[in-house]
This record gives sequence, C-alpha cells and structure tokens, in this order.
Amino acid sequence: MEFLFHFGEVFTLTSMLLLIGGTIGGLILGATPGLSPTMAVALLIPFTFQLEAVHGLILLGAAYTSTVAGGAVSAILLKIPGAPANIATTLDGHTMAKKGQGARALQLSFIASLFGGLFGVFLLIFLTPVLAQWALAFSYSHTFWLAIIGVAVIGSLESSSVVKGLLSGCIGMWLATIGFDDIQGAKRFVFHPALSGGINIIPALIGLFAIPQVISMFAKGRFDTSVEQITVEKHPIGEAFREVFRRFRALGVGTVVGSIIGLIPGVGGQIAGLVAYDQSKKFSPEKAKFGTGHSEGVIAAESANNAMVGPSLVPLLTLSIPGSPTAAVLLGGLIIHGIFPGPKLFDTYPEVIWPFINSMLLGQILMCVFGIYIASFAARVAQVPQSVMAAIVLGLAVYGSFAVQQSMNDVYVMAALGAMMFFLERFGFSAAPLVLGLILGPIAESNFVTGNQISLAQDGPAVYFLTGTLNLTLIAIAVVSIGYSLWSEISARRAAS
Amino acid sequence: MKKLLAALAISLMSFGGMAAADYPDRPVLLMVSYGAGGATDFQARIVTIPAGNEDQLGMPIAIINKPGAGGRVGWNWFATEAEADGYTLGAYNIPHFIAQSIKGGVDYSKDSFEPIANWGADPAVFIVGKDSAFNSMADVVAYAKENPGKLTFSGAGLFVGHHIAALQIEKAAGVKMAYIPTKGGGAAAMKAVIAGDVLGGVNNLSDAFRAREAGNIKILGVADLERNEFLPDVPTMKEQGLDVDNSSVNFRGIMVPKGTPQEIIDNLAAVVPKMFEHKRVKQRMKAGGSPLHIMTRDEVLAMWEARQKTLEELLAGL
Repeated sequence: MEFLFHFGEVFTLTSMLLLIGGTIGGLILGATPGLSPTMAVALLIPFTFQLEAVHGLILLGAAYTSTVAGGAVSAILLKIPGAPANIATTLDGHTMAKKGQGARALQLSFIASLFGGLFGVFLLIFLTPVLAQWALAFSYSHTFWLAIIGVAVIGSLESSSVVKGLLSGCIGMWLATIGFDDIQGAKRFVFHPALSGGINIIPALIGLFAIPQVISMFAKGRFDTSVEQITVEKHPIGEAFREVFRRFRALGVGTVVGSIIGLIPGVGGQIAGLVAYDQSKKFSPEKAKFGTGHSEGVIAAESANNAMVGPSLVPLLTLSIPGSPTAAVLLGGLIIHGIFPGPKLFDTYPEVIWPFINSMLLGQILMCVFGIYIASFAARVAQVPQSVMAAIVLGLAVYGSFAVQQSMNDVYVMAALGAMMFFLERFGFSAAPLVLGLILGPIAESNFVTGNQISLAQDGPAVYFLTGTLNLTLIAIAVVSIGYSLWSEISARRAAS
Repeated sequence: MKKLLAALAISLMSFGGMAAADYPDRPVLLMVSYGAGGATDFQARIVTIPAGNEDQLGMPIAIINKPGAGGRVGWNWFATEAEADGYTLGAYNIPHFIAQSIKGGVDYSKDSFEPIANWGADPAVFIVGKDSAFNSMADVVAYAKENPGKLTFSGAGLFVGHHIAALQIEKAAGVKMAYIPTKGGGAAAMKAVIAGDVLGGVNNLSDAFRAREAGNIKILGVADLERNEFLPDVPTMKEQGLDVDNSSVNFRGIMVPKGTPQEIIDNLAAVVPKMFEHKRVKQRMKAGGSPLHIMTRDEVLAMWEARQKTLEELLAGL
C-alpha cells in the first residue's frame, strides 16, 4: 500500500502539467503511423535531461501509456496500426468504422485500454517480486514455444481459410529472414544493399496495411465518382461503458493474456493484442461475428495491449532486464538520472519510483478521458473525401516509414510490400497474419538457435526443448490451438454444405 | 520532435554550396549501429549533450540508430551510403567492427573510416549468478577443465568485445568452454546469467557494475590491463594467472567516413574531445556507471592499428 503515500508528488503543478502534456502528446504521437511507443519514448529522453528524475519519469510513463492506446486511433479510422501492438485492433475496429461506428469503436478501445492498463499497473504495484521470478522462469526453449503458439494463432486469424492464414504467416517469416542473421552475421536474401538491414517492422506494418487501402481509395475515386462516404454516428459514452462491461469475457481474456505476455522478456507487447484477440474469439459464443465489426474484438485487443504496459516494467524495475524495446529505452532514461533498477530499487528510490508508477495509474485515466475527447473528432476525419484521404494516408505512410531511421530505403521497402499486399489481398490473403509472421519469425529463430547451442553443452536439444512442465504446457497449448482452428473450420464447412 | 525535425531538415537540404569554413552550419547526425537504449546509444546521447553550445560544435548532434547483426548493418551503411561531408558522424565500437571486418562478409574495414576522438572504454568482465559456486576465475577454469565444452557462458554476439574476451580466456586457460552468443545485446546476455540459463557470462563492466549493485550477480574478473575505478575489488584476469590483455575492451568514439574533407576532420578532432571533457558529460557518465576514457584522433589511430594486429592473430585460427 506504500504507493498511496506517494500520490502527493504526482499532484504538484509541474508533475500534473507533464502528465497531461505527456498524455496528450503521446496520444497524438501514437496515432501517427510509424511513431511507435519505443520511438516516442526515445524522442522524449533528451527532454528529461533537463528535468528532475521524478518529473522525467512521469513524462516518460505518461507517454508510454498513451502512445500504446493512441495507436488505436489510426488503426480504427485508417486501418493503419500505429504500432505492432494495435494490429488486432484493425480487424474489428476498422470494420466498425466502415459501418459508421467509428466513434463507438474508439470509445470502446479507450475504455478497454483504461481497464486493461489499470489492471496491469496494479499487478506491477502488488505482485512485482512474485512476477519477477516468473519472468525469469521463461528460458530460451519456453520463449521458442511461445512464439510457436503465436504461429498457431496465425492460422485462425482473419483469413477465411486456415491454410491461407498459415501461408501468409510463412511469407511473413520468410521476409523476416532477409538481411544479416543476428547471431552468425551471415547475409540472407540480400539482393540489394538497401536490404542488408532486413525488413524493419514499422515500415512493413505501414506498407502492408496502408498501401492496399490507398490503392483502393484512389482506384475508387477514378472509376466511381459517387464514392460512398464513411459516416460516423455520434455514440453516447455511457452506452460504451455499459457495452464494455457487458463484454466482460473479452475484457477479462484481453487483460489477462496481455498481462502475461507483457511479463515475458523478449516477446513484448507486439503480439499481446493478437493473441488476446484470438483467445477471446475462441472463448466467444459469437465466433462468426469476429472480423465483421464485432465489439469484442476491439475490447480484447485494446485491453491486452495496455494491460501489457505495467507487467512489461516488472523485469526492468526489479532485475534491470528490459523486456521490450520500449523498456530498454526507459532503462536508459533511469540510468541517465543515476537510478539503477534492481531488487533494492523500491527501498532506495521510493520518492522516484512510486510517483512514476502512480503517474501511470493517473495516466491511464487521463488517456481515457482525452482519448474519448479525440474520438469526438472522428466524425471530421470521416468527412474528408476519399481521394483527399488517400493522399493524406500516403503522405503519412511515407513520413512514418522514413522517420524510423531517416532512410529512404525503408520507404521503398514500405511501398514494395504494400504493392505486393494489394495483390495478395485479391487472392484472399491478409496482412495481419503476415505481420505476425514477420514479428514471430525472428523470436522463434533466435531463441531456437541460442537454446540449441546451450542444449548441445548439456543433454541435447530433445531434452532441452521437450521436457519440463513449462515446455510441455506450452506445446500442449500450441497443439490444442491448431487443432481447434482446424476443427472449427471443418465443422463450419460441414454446416455450410 | 525537435530532433526528428532537425533530422528531416538535414535530409531535405541540398548539398550545394558547402564550404568547410562555415562548418557546421546545420545540425549534425551521429549514427549509432546499436538500438536505442543500449549502452552505446545511451552513452552517445550523453556525450553529445553539449554539442549545441556556442563554445562547442555550435550545432546540435542528433542520434540515429541503425541496429542489426551486431553493428554490421549500421557500419555497412556508414561505409557505403553515408555522405562524407562532415554532417554524418558515426559511433565506432572497437574491437567489434575490426573483428567483423577481419572475419569478412562486410563492406568496411579499418581503412573505411577516419577516427575523430574516443569517449569511453568499457572493459569486458566475467560474471556469474549471485548463487553460483564459482568465486574466482580459478574455479571457472577448474570446472571447464573437468567438463570440457560444458561450461555455458553468454555474451552479446560473435566477433564483438565479449566474444574476443571469451576467446582470450579460453586460449589463456587452455580450456574449451561453450560460448553462447545471444541476440539482443548485453542486456539479453545478462538476463541469461541472472536467470540461470547459462553458468556464466561475459558482459560490459558498466552493466555488470549496476547488476552487482542490484545484487543479481558476482563479478569474477576484469579483462583489462588494470583494475577499474568502478570495481576496485575485482582483480584483472592477469592477476588471476590468465594471460588476457585489453584487446576486448570496448572502446567507443566518434568517426567519419573516409573521404571527408581534411579541414573538417581537423576541425572535429580539435572540438570533439573538448566536448567529451564538458562537466555535464563527466557528471552524467559517472552517474550511469560508464567509464569515460578520452583519446585524441592520433591516439585512436594508433589504437586501431594495434587492435588490427592483435585481432588478426587471435582470429587467425577461426
């Protein structure tokens, strides 16, 4: 309960201004395609040099929280996920927006983010020592199997057929092998120097999601002058709150899955939303509605990606191990102020750490309030004519890809992948499983390679990867997940015929 | 945002009409070939804080990260694509890029770059988990002798400082151990040690210092010529009878691509070491547990030369 005594430090003028500024700024940065939470925090670090440690961390905490939630705005309205964490939000969120329910989708996503986020931060406050041990229990073999579970999810995601989903995932995993291999330093599929850095996830994300959209929008403007406008109907906020509570199952699944995945170092929040989306689909009696603008999809995905924020800081704060790229940047922000995370952190710097965590609690609430306020502007976005919108999205896509590392190569990669995706979509493939493959490929590969090397010095790979309770549990989940997808597809076919 | 705009402005500007006399007349980029949040990135951000001051470079330095494959991606880019006009600087890590160029498969070598100045020296240390039975390098060597190839120890990749230290330790002790390169830099290698995934590890002194402060690990030896001011109680490898010199010490500094005008190189070589001496840099580096080690261009040139020789010998057998 110690955190309660440190709220005073958050309610000072400077802290509140930074918290509000960080939250609004974070929402805007998060909504800009290409500006991931990691980049937003990295951009803010130099500003914290000038601030006291407490204030610097409050700013970073607020920005981290709100950029993750802000990514939902472009995911819902433009079908461009602001960051990998928001991929799952596009699946139902954008479909809702197309039906004129953009405001409702945004409200649901911010309310779900609020609940997921608060739960995550409370886990951080109350269970940190326990969770830290848990995070360490995940060794290379376990992370490898976790990635395989992610691959199993691919099959049932968005595509009409399991096979096409898995094929999309394979394309993604193949794309991920391009460039220097990280451990041996060998070049793979580098046909042009521009590819030696591999396919950067952010430009790929933008290209795969935004470019097919842009092409369709331009094409429509050309061939069909009476383009149907998206309308956004006003949606009462109380209604949205009631709906989130009615969809308690999706909220619960999203929050729990997001918290668990956030905790595991090296997996990060990138896949939390997708795995939560998939799980809540499996638990839902209305499976068929997922992907058609179903509110459960948005709630599960957004509660999961904000629930992961708190637990992702557990390994960082207690063991000084950054579990995600964003946490790595935050670690830099802590060290620069002479604060070394570790088991004694909460005893040595209570006056810094508790206000930081408290500000993340308040930040969740502020994020929800300002987010819903932003949602009320959604109608204006929809009033932009499609041809103009296409140009704006294209501009954002180019800017977002370039901004990652100030490189035109990333822009070319974005455009090429986007053009490829436009044609793939014509054949029933979809972008989400492809991106998931792109994210999971390297996680599975590097953990397998490292685990294999360790196992060779011990009892061999079979023992290392296939024994132990945790390994077997994870393998079982993967098998059940694939089996379930196949079974439901087969039974759906039978029902149809 | 300011940085981003500055970077954007740079890339949009035309390259015509540049005179070395008014260098620099716009913000300067510093390419770091490791990810944001890593030790190199973090130190690069600290040592470039004073750049914008009038008595320093007079223009801010913005960091861009080009991470991947142990630094190969960034240095390849720097050697082949970066403009040699003094507005794109690069951070070097020795022995990493020299070792990689000796191993081959990259587009750079020691002669692709011109050093400006060195800011830091981070020796490699040998670490074990806090509950490990090993209390000295002698324990480690004894275990490795009894169990050849079974002693797993992590490090941040192949052909980086940690790997060099690992090779030197194995060679000096005449044992075979299992070096496990991890993906994700020193932090991932550290996690492996703390979690008990491996029996030991080689890591950066600065990170190991903080991890020991936090009570997570024990540090058994420093791979340097002398003990370090941050760890006065930890003996060097030499003191423990292992003939390991400072070849694996991670020297970090600033360089420019070959072909940069000589006046600009001279200008930078005069200004940059003073920037590293700035009191705010010293203060921040100390607070972060990062050893500052300032060297001028001539000293760095000699150091690169010497490293090239030792590394060629060490890596000849691989």
